[in-house]
Amino acid sequence: MANLHFELVTPEKLVRSDDVYMVVVPGTEGDFGVLAGHAPVMSTIRDGELSIFASDGAAPETITIQGGFAEVNEKGLTILAEAVS
Amino acid sequence: MASLKELKGRIGSVKSTQKITKAKQMVAAAKLRRAQAAAEAARPYATQLEKIMGNLASKVTISESSPRLLAGTGKDDVHLLVVCTSDRGLCGGFNANIVKEARLKAQSLEAAGKTVKFYMVGRKGRPVINRFYAGQTVKNYDTSDVKNVGFPEAQEIAADLIAMMEDDKFDVAHLFYSKFKSALVQEPTCQQIIPVAIEMAEGEQPSDNIASVEYEPDEEEILAELLPRNVNTQVFGALLENAASEQGASMTAMDNATRNAGDLINNLTIQYNRSRQAAITTELVEIISGAEAL
Repeated sequence: MANLHFELVTPEKLVRSDDVYMVVVPGTEGDFGVLAGHAPVMSTIRDGELSIFASDGAAPETITIQGGFAEVNEKGLTILAEAVS
Repeated sequence: MASLKELKGRIGSVKSTQKITKAKQMVAAAKLRRAQAAAEAARPYATQLEKIMGNLASKVTISESSPRLLAGTGKDDVHLLVVCTSDRGLCGGFNANIVKEARLKAQSLEAAGKTVKFYMVGRKGRPVINRFYAGQTVKNYDTSDVKNVGFPEAQEIAADLIAMMEDDKFDVAHLFYSKFKSALVQEPTCQQIIPVAIEMAEGEQPSDNIASVEYEPDEEEILAELLPRNVNTQVFGALLENAASEQGASMTAMDNATRNAGDLINNLTIQYNRSRQAAITTELVEIISGAEAL
């Protein structure tokens, strides 16, 4: 299966632009995982941890983000975060 | 003709001026690279946000209940001009150009019978605007004690603007800053930020491909959260562009100044040598004619 194209952007810079297996996004109405081929979704994000799985079953890499948006379209997942730490 | 000593003094003073302008030029060149990188790094966020905004706005119909940032107050009487300038001089026509652009806009608005107010960011634009439009400045936002103007400042300015919007202090806001084209070219720009001017990318039909998008929580709520953020981003972008432009303008201006000082030194040196030779010749003539008289 093709990998998910994932971009994490803050106002200051483009933090990550990678092809990964899965990303778990802390949405305001609950966490959701995004795999390649996910249906288009747009959601606001609460402050929390973003888990990035580079491959199936790999240990997740977490990034703490604050506020913003997640958009899933046919090209992949884009996360606009206010701040990243 | 000026005396030798006087000329020597003048050459010395021009030389030290040249040293200062040269140093300032090099500092500006170093800062420019950093400011330019920051301005470029901020672009992906702005473009992404714009795309999402465009998609959303085309889905939401503007009505009485829609957010004011999108729909406006329904009036067009009071215009707020947000003028971003730098805190320091020595950068050629940089600040003057921005202020000129703002004044042109203000003149045309006043001619059309609108009320104009100013919101000043940065120190250098204040005196001019105060002279021509005394008492029309709503607020001076001070950036002089911040070394690198960044996102927190943009957030503060945007929050200020939104609060004023809620209080009905103005109907339309324009943002003035200098767009960075290259180190040599900076373009003073006027941009409407409130209400949001939404431009659809040409040839794009967003209604088809986003028909199936799911929204969490729903369109209106997302839009309500997105709009203030959009103002933030635009102000932030303007501040970054401004910072890069300032350094670019400063570099060019200081390069010119250094070259002018060099020309001046050459001219003064020629003049100095000529008068020195003239003095020697006169002295020789005096000695020889004295010797001949004996």
